[in-house]
Amino acid sequence: MDVLVENREVFVSGFWVTFQICVLSATGALILGTLVAAMRISPVAPLRWVGTAYVTVFRNLPLTIVFFMTGAAFAELGAPNADLLKIPGLSSVFTRLGIELPYFRFAIVALGVYTAAFVAEAIRSGVNAVPAGQAEAARSLGLTFTQNLRYVVLPQAGKAAVVPLGSVIIAMIKNSALAGAFGVTGELFSNGSALTSAGGYPIVPVFIGISLGFLVMTVPLGLMLDRLEKRRAAGR
Amino acid sequence: MTTPVLYDTPGPIARRRTTIVSIVLGLLLLAAGYFFLYRPLAARGQLSPEKWGPLVDPANTNMPLVWDRLATGLLATLQAAALAILTSLLFGTALALLRMQLRALSHRRFGGLPWIVAFALRGLSAVLNALTRAAIEVGRGLPVLVTIFFAWRLSGITNPMWPLVIGLTIYNGIVIAEIIRSGMDGLPYGQREAADSIGLTPGQAVRLVLLPQAFRVMLPALISQLVVILKDTSLGFIITYEDTLAIAQQIIQVLDNPIQLYAVLGVIFIAVNYALSRLATFVQRRMSARAGGQVIKRPPATAAESGQLPLA
Repeated sequence: MDVLVENREVFVSGFWVTFQICVLSATGALILGTLVAAMRISPVAPLRWVGTAYVTVFRNLPLTIVFFMTGAAFAELGAPNADLLKIPGLSSVFTRLGIELPYFRFAIVALGVYTAAFVAEAIRSGVNAVPAGQAEAARSLGLTFTQNLRYVVLPQAGKAAVVPLGSVIIAMIKNSALAGAFGVTGELFSNGSALTSAGGYPIVPVFIGISLGFLVMTVPLGLMLDRLEKRRAAGR
Repeated sequence: MTTPVLYDTPGPIARRRTTIVSIVLGLLLLAAGYFFLYRPLAARGQLSPEKWGPLVDPANTNMPLVWDRLATGLLATLQAAALAILTSLLFGTALALLRMQLRALSHRRFGGLPWIVAFALRGLSAVLNALTRAAIEVGRGLPVLVTIFFAWRLSGITNPMWPLVIGLTIYNGIVIAEIIRSGMDGLPYGQREAADSIGLTPGQAVRLVLLPQAFRVMLPALISQLVVILKDTSLGFIITYEDTLAIAQQIIQVLDNPIQLYAVLGVIFIAVNYALSRLATFVQRRMSARAGGQVIKRPPATAAESGQLPLA
């Protein structure tokens, strides 16, 4: 256990980087995913096709390929450093966003774009959970498509989508470990594996340290969702 | 709720408007594709036959070599995935049964035994229950990558396929156990009572009555989990397993065509996983069509007649 105490800086800073990746890509995924979900239920057929295609592609691609593709695509599309993500205000809070090496930004794009497909599905399942009578009633009151969504369907869908969305975010937090294997130095997993290989530290304590870092994020979120789900089930 | 509920069936004006919007959007997409994808890619020679030829042009001399290597990789991926699917299902079922047993134990009072033995047994079952729950929470909360990586480093097995399978099994087995357990919990309580009343032991009741039905009900969820396993198998290259992606990297070092190669691999993965997802939807639809949406909530007599229940 001395390893943990001795290297607590490494674990804490790793946790912080992982946390930044998670917050940024979750935000991106939620925004993009909501857009995709809106496309999938829109009255304009081509928009629906685009939405469906997006979800089909990213739900069935392994995240590893998305990561590889992101790096290669940015390079070949003329933005090898993904500089457009060096958003001035944001990179002062999330310091990693503004650094020279592009891998942190690649990771956020890959993770966000991938997770957005699952976010879209979660939101759509929430919309599907709203009884049809609600939307019909709104239609018969003369609400337009956007009014219908905004005042009647989405507020109710939001409630039903919270639990699936939570599971998506938990999965995303776990997937963020992949960033460490794709060149994001200083991330929790890459920090830990560096300790065992280059540092020569024993494996078990390092494993415990990494695990704690992830479990601190995933387990409370999971328990919260379980409670929410039970309360919902009882309330129904 | 089906989506058309959200808006009226379009009339002539709305249809015209939709057509116009569609055409404009389509043109915009095409233009965006041209300016932001085609032009930069073409300018960097990414659409050239040197990059694509080895992958898609049968006349190219490299094509058989490249696909021979890729086939080796895909086979390795499929092999690990198949193994992981098998072991996850076995481990998941065993874990679900263990948890059912432990839960049944925690309700037992051990009457008839001396009080101190009964007390010790109840304490033991509570401890075991808590331990399995904690192990499950940890296994579920850890990234698969971390599980695989440390299965590799801790076990010291030289063939990296086994740590990959072990890591995938730990995570997916737990998820599958939860799927099966919730399937068994969702069965009508009468099933359990009926099994008890014809004199089956608790073990027999689970094995012969509850488990087969839980598998049926949860089949779509199980198939979706198989897609997850197949996708996660592609993590193998991180622990030096010679899978599709490891071989892809070797090919890229020679041919320098990452975009093209990953695009082709992406299409392959999407095709396989999409087929699996369609299978899940198909199974789900067939099951709900057959039983009017209530697969298991039919009267036991009819169920027995149609061979729904394995009668012991």
